[in-house]
Amino acid sequence: MNSKRINWTSTILLILGAIFVLFPLYLTIMVAVKSPEQIAQSILAIPSTFHFENFTKAIKMTHFFNAFKNSAIITVFVVIFTVLTNSMVAYAIARNMHKRFFRLLYYYFVSAMFVPFPIIMLPIVKETSRWGLDNLLGLIFLYIVYGLAFNVFVYVGYIKSIPRELEEAAIVDGANVWTVFWRVIFPLLKPMNATVGILTCLWAWNDFMLPLVILSGNQEQATLPLVQFIFQSQFSTDYNLAFASYLMALVPMIVVYVFAQKWIIGNVTRGAIK
Amino acid sequence: MKRKTMPYFLMAAPALALFFLFHTYPLLQGIFYSFTDWKGYGDWDFVGFKNYLNVFQDKRAWDAYLFTFKFAVVSTILVNVISIIVALGLNAKIKFRKSLRAVYFMPNILSILIIGFIFNFIFAHFLPDMAKSLGFEALSKNILGDPDLAWIGIVIVSVWQAVAFNTILYLAGLQTIPSDLYEAAVIDGAGKWKMFWTVTFPLIAPFFTINMVLAMKNFLMVFDQIMAMTGGGPGTSTESISLLIYRGGFSGGEFAYQSANAVIYFIIILVVSIAQIKFLQKREVEL
Repeated sequence: MNSKRINWTSTILLILGAIFVLFPLYLTIMVAVKSPEQIAQSILAIPSTFHFENFTKAIKMTHFFNAFKNSAIITVFVVIFTVLTNSMVAYAIARNMHKRFFRLLYYYFVSAMFVPFPIIMLPIVKETSRWGLDNLLGLIFLYIVYGLAFNVFVYVGYIKSIPRELEEAAIVDGANVWTVFWRVIFPLLKPMNATVGILTCLWAWNDFMLPLVILSGNQEQATLPLVQFIFQSQFSTDYNLAFASYLMALVPMIVVYVFAQKWIIGNVTRGAIK
Repeated sequence: MKRKTMPYFLMAAPALALFFLFHTYPLLQGIFYSFTDWKGYGDWDFVGFKNYLNVFQDKRAWDAYLFTFKFAVVSTILVNVISIIVALGLNAKIKFRKSLRAVYFMPNILSILIIGFIFNFIFAHFLPDMAKSLGFEALSKNILGDPDLAWIGIVIVSVWQAVAFNTILYLAGLQTIPSDLYEAAVIDGAGKWKMFWTVTFPLIAPFFTINMVLAMKNFLMVFDQIMAMTGGGPGTSTESISLLIYRGGFSGGEFAYQSANAVIYFIIILVVSIAQIKFLQKREVEL
């Protein structure tokens, strides 16, 4: 029937749209590998010689590896601790929703999704600097805590769909709540852990506002987006270096995406509907 | 079987404590300071609702709210229209399906700040250069430098990125529609257009609600794009509310004043979100 045939109109329109999506990235690569003279001749043409020294210069000027290390540390710790702790909190809530304390706790956490960051931005900056948390450690803390609202929401939805009989059986065998969680529930949460892990990874790696306000002036601890921002405001005219620097900041997530895209799309879809 | 609550309590208690300390407590502080005249340092006094009254009389704040709403409404509509169209396309029987899905979802993984820098270059150099060499004088200047047009540039970048995530959600919605419904509609003689309005759209209504609310909420909080593209300018023509709170609060000595602005902003986001959910859920249908 009709639906079995390939829809060429849609295919062609989508390919045209895809060019629009990919174009800024193509442009970024072209600007990053050219010299200013080559840019003046033609921005879009593939150059005859590649100027890879743009990258080495940008690495030096932005202290790229330092920023990369900071972003990597934050992202790795935040993802691991978010998955381990937020799932546990959600489990405690999901299995006790009939009790008022846990039900209130659920709404307390979830309602935070509607609190815009600017309203806590000014006080949290005072608070973190008073407690000596205006650094990487503080950022890791804040990401784990601020992710709770959304993560509790998706984890609780998922845990509710896991039959209780599995846990009852383990408890009859003498396991306590902690063992049940780590041995039975946590492994069953795999798809949700992956979803939360991916979304947290993207957020921690790309976030700009939190490092901007928390790390004010502390360049040693600057993350990649923050470095791009400082770089842009200082060397805004040297586009080739700037674009080399942007490209290097974008590439890690693109690499992750290329290897895991099917899985990412599937999981984000699943995470989103719950 | 009766189970003990204690272990569950221990699981949740540390999170509760940290969440209170790093989220609720600063939130309460922000509300508290909004009733004072604190500059962010030194002494302070209670001033009641004076800050709130001043925000309502502040031209700069009004401009920020107007810009943010204009931007958020236009972007939300564009993102949802484009996402539905792209999702319908990606859900159809097409060639290169997997690759196309991968491409369309990619903007979602990229830093919006850096995307903003890249588009800044496109608007400031690439497009004017192209327009000049092709002879389109009208398009040969940087729209980000024009107070009346700069917001359009920010809309374009924001839509470019946000379509990715919303498309994925719509795609998820489209996959929940059983194909026999379409077959029934074809037998009833429904055309493509009619099929969309009577079958597809009503059935993805819950996804439409989620997408509208999320998009609107995110766009009302716009910050990174603006920092990357215009810094709020030219003048203050693209200054969003978050940018105003950030600037005034940290470098303008307006800690208490911008706290009041932030409380107003919070209430507005809450009201808009709840109103959207109420209104949109009313038109959802159950399968």
